[in-house]
Amino acid sequence: MEETLQADPKGVLTGVHFIDGDHAACEGALAAGCRFAAGYPITPSTEIVERFAARIPTVGGIFIQMEDELAASIAIQGAVWGGKKVMNVTSGPGLSLMMEHLGYAFMTETPCVWIDVQRGGPSTGLPTGPAQADMMQVKFGSHGDFEVIALTPNSPQECFDFTIRAFNLAETWRVPVFVMMDEVVGHMTERVDIPPASEIEVTERKWTRKRPGDYKIYGTTEQDPVPEMVKAGDGYRVHVTGLTHDERGYPNLTPGAQDRLVKRLVNKIRHNADKLVDIREDQVEGADVVVVSFGITSRVAMAAIDRARAKGVKVGSARLVITWPFPAARMREIARTAKAIVVPEMNMGQICREVELAVAGATRVVSLPHAGGTVHEVETILDAIMEAAR
Amino acid sequence: MTEQLETPQDLECGLENAVLPYLRQDRIPHIWCPGCGIGTTVNCFCRALGDSGLDLDKVAIVSGIGCTGRTAGYLNLDSFHTTHGRAIPFATGLKLANPELKVVVYSGDGDLSAIGGNHLMHAARRNMDLMVVCVNNFTYGMTGGQVAPTTPIGPSQTTMPYGNFENPFNLPFLADACGAVYVARWTVYHVRQLAKAMREGLQKKGFVFIEALSPCPTLYSRRNRLGDGVDQVKYYKERSTIKNGADTKEVGLEFQGDIIVGKFVDRDRPTWLESMNSHYNKVLGDRFQTYGAPNGKD
Repeated sequence: MEETLQADPKGVLTGVHFIDGDHAACEGALAAGCRFAAGYPITPSTEIVERFAARIPTVGGIFIQMEDELAASIAIQGAVWGGKKVMNVTSGPGLSLMMEHLGYAFMTETPCVWIDVQRGGPSTGLPTGPAQADMMQVKFGSHGDFEVIALTPNSPQECFDFTIRAFNLAETWRVPVFVMMDEVVGHMTERVDIPPASEIEVTERKWTRKRPGDYKIYGTTEQDPVPEMVKAGDGYRVHVTGLTHDERGYPNLTPGAQDRLVKRLVNKIRHNADKLVDIREDQVEGADVVVVSFGITSRVAMAAIDRARAKGVKVGSARLVITWPFPAARMREIARTAKAIVVPEMNMGQICREVELAVAGATRVVSLPHAGGTVHEVETILDAIMEAAR
Repeated sequence: MTEQLETPQDLECGLENAVLPYLRQDRIPHIWCPGCGIGTTVNCFCRALGDSGLDLDKVAIVSGIGCTGRTAGYLNLDSFHTTHGRAIPFATGLKLANPELKVVVYSGDGDLSAIGGNHLMHAARRNMDLMVVCVNNFTYGMTGGQVAPTTPIGPSQTTMPYGNFENPFNLPFLADACGAVYVARWTVYHVRQLAKAMREGLQKKGFVFIEALSPCPTLYSRRNRLGDGVDQVKYYKERSTIKNGADTKEVGLEFQGDIIVGKFVDRDRPTWLESMNSHYNKVLGDRFQTYGAPNGKD
């Protein structure tokens, strides 16, 4: 199993801060041990790499602004195999360019954190306006079958906390882990408490203790589907490829090798989804209506829920903290007792589809889409709750 | 003789082969066609590795996609077969994360100068400490002989079926203009010179660009009735002129025309990492610790 250490104090800015979500995410990365970032400017995520560029010279590490997002998203992966913890920061249009390297990270089991500060799309869309419309892109946007982990913070404090958690999950599972922010969370300024380094748990890379002759780069067992890792320069002479490969990392372009590899990679997450799901629930038991929300929309939804409760409606809140893998089993349970599930989100119904898929007609699912640019009106969510409760 | 044999594989083959220890012998046979020149360049590279005096545990090779892109998979080094065109930025991250490594990018002309052209320019501009070997066979081999940014005007390609009319890149000129500190071109006829250039490249600090002209008998040659691999090597022999220090502006290539080969550029300027360290030492003083000390720890 992976080892848990205390954070390196060099990267931890202990104290109480009044900062926005972008800056908080950067501090989370530094606290988690991120010592390499390659960036390309894009609104509304740029402040994360700007802060990293300012902070990293004195913490000890590298920031390089690359020539485009394709370069940034693969330079970080080179740095992982050079031994660093890394992050990749972007927003929608940049994320679209990075999709091939999302697949490469998954296929080569290169642990890395991707922060997407979502803005309105499609295309150039609304550079300075919020959205939550990249949720399906991170789930399905690269070709082939893959699985990611995605966290959805709703405050600057969570941008800090969840970014640390994202780094730890990336090391544990060796998949790309997303912190799915949005423009509002990224640019909202609130109190952020950064604890002492001794109170921050950091997951160490799963370094092998095997000697070069005994080590297989993608050697796994039934019990442990996550291989041990080495870095270039340590004498292991590894081969890493995006081609379908065997335990030695060598290309093996047969249906059998494809079957073994893709199933192991995908099931690494699917079979462990119960360990990963994280829902923050409030008064879900006995509720007639349950609001399923994530990110900044969960804060707007909470205001509507409070007002509905004041009117005597039994409303529960299920906030998705980890949105991928999706908590399908829990949704099925909720559907057994709730008369309706309301899903407000700043997209045209992406996560609502997942809810519908999970509950399979067991209860009514009400989609509350929003094209982005601003958050929902509280009244819109309130009206939907009242309508659903009838 | 037998005392000099190094590995059981040597005995099996019944011959002594100086490059075997540098190859992943469990990956042989390779995928390259008979008469292809990529294997010849790899032979030169193995000899250069041996002559360089480098600790091979500290040499990493990064390839993109294509016929030459398979090179990384055959070398007994830490080796990375990345995505199409992105070997250079991957290598950039690898080198900066672990500066004690010597990082070599080994890929083809289409990979490095078409889809990866932007990265080639910027890595040269930054003087990133990488050695780039570009095997130029004037075509996309892996996908079946399409026009490349290096295809001279005239020859037919599957996507230029009536002959190419696009102006090609003069790659040494491009690398020179963008700031490479070492630029050379050789052909697979010039094996000693190519191996020497690769050794010099391995020992040079900064962005090194070596172009190796190489036949593609299966596609480029057959489609244009240029004979087999040997015929192309004969052409390289007959029409090449060695001109060390040549002005790279003057070394552009024409279809089956004269070839200027040699070491065109050999100069020094600070690498990206040296520039970063000296700048931050100056502006940040004691708050900054030099990154990438000789033991590779930051």
